[in-house]
Amino acid sequence: MKAYYKILVFFIISSVCVAGLLVPIDFIPGLGERARNLFFHVPMSWVASVAFLMSMVFSIRYLISKNIDFDIKAHCAAEIGLVFCILGYVTGTIWARVDWGTFFKIDEPRMMSILLLMLIYAAYLILRSSIDEEEKKARLSAVYLIIAFLTVPFFIFIMPRVFPGLHPGSADDTQSPGGGPVVKNEMNTTMRIIFYTSSIGFVMLYVWIYNLRVRIEKLSIKKLRSVAI
Amino acid sequence: MLKSSVEIFRKDFKSELRTKFAFNSLLMFVVVTIIIIKFSLGEDKTDNEILSGLFWIVVFFSASSGLSRVFIKEEEKETSVALKLSTSHPEVLAGKFIFNFALSFLINAVIFVFFIMATGIVIKNFPGFVITFFLGNMGLVSASTIIAAIISKANSKGTLYPVLSFPVLLPLLLSLIEAGKLSTAGVETGRLYSEFLFLFSYTVVVTITSFILFKYIWED
Repeated sequence: MKAYYKILVFFIISSVCVAGLLVPIDFIPGLGERARNLFFHVPMSWVASVAFLMSMVFSIRYLISKNIDFDIKAHCAAEIGLVFCILGYVTGTIWARVDWGTFFKIDEPRMMSILLLMLIYAAYLILRSSIDEEEKKARLSAVYLIIAFLTVPFFIFIMPRVFPGLHPGSADDTQSPGGGPVVKNEMNTTMRIIFYTSSIGFVMLYVWIYNLRVRIEKLSIKKLRSVAI
Repeated sequence: MLKSSVEIFRKDFKSELRTKFAFNSLLMFVVVTIIIIKFSLGEDKTDNEILSGLFWIVVFFSASSGLSRVFIKEEEKETSVALKLSTSHPEVLAGKFIFNFALSFLINAVIFVFFIMATGIVIKNFPGFVITFFLGNMGLVSASTIIAAIISKANSKGTLYPVLSFPVLLPLLLSLIEAGKLSTAGVETGRLYSEFLFLFSYTVVVTITSFILFKYIWED
């Protein structure tokens, strides 16, 4: 990572934090000032989805090439994706406490499906920790991730849209039929600018963390090998 | 290919008949679970919809304790090397599929009968429930078998299985609970069509992926 990249990420994220909380926004009916969470909750969830997709792609590439680097990449992407998923979930529950009156609603499909999504990746990390051999660990966890990923589109895209719920885009959502969230038609220009800047900023932050994580992992494996020899 | 799969099934069936371990332990598990459900329900009249949900919970947990045996057994007795030498990997998987399907169908039929006897659930659309039951079995077996193969190579076999299989089986289970609830309430079979389609496509997708990926699990 070049120095200007880090400075740029720092600048974007800090300006989004300040602007997202302070710049006057146009009130979305029914949301008001609470709509500010949009700048943080949605980009975090997007980054999580992208990270999960990346870890699946790297798992397939590992199985094809048997190159251990891809396994490290898949592992790191899944790990950071899980962290972003938890962050998106927590910001979502805080929002839900304010808007729906409760932190956790068991019959809200979006909450349930994202919780199960986190279970999949937690199970993946547990599976990794239960196998000692490096090559076997990489192989089995890649296979598990690909099988588990079959259900991920169901949890992210299908289940929250087919069942009725409170989250925007649910089956009985009259304001934005067809699954489009509030983003589509209710944001004014200021909000849109902050929102898209925030999305770009969080993706860049993810790439930075991911690169660092992969380097740490590679170094620790190198160290392990040199000790073993 | 089919011939050696059937041979593997017959081998498993014979060794199962010798001890009857898997079947008997599953039977005890089912009896205990249904008794616990009966105790917790008491003499109150429970809704048929809730009972059909409970039914699928019993099915899920008996599957998660019984269906992993097929591959763990091979690893524990160290016979997997012999299998690797004598047949190729799709045949092994197909044979294990057939065995697991027979075991799961048998056990779930037992659960079905015991459950009706114990709770007195009234199923208004019986053919719809039977189709759901059949498709649900297919889906459970398809996902459980491949997860069992992964587990058999890991270190802590017993505790890991429910952890890994739960997220994969959950879409299936949600759809099963929904279809079971509707058919108990007496919705006609034509309106359950979309649930059947989902159950069927889940089974097909998971089975095909299992056959593609099994060679990476099986090679050592």
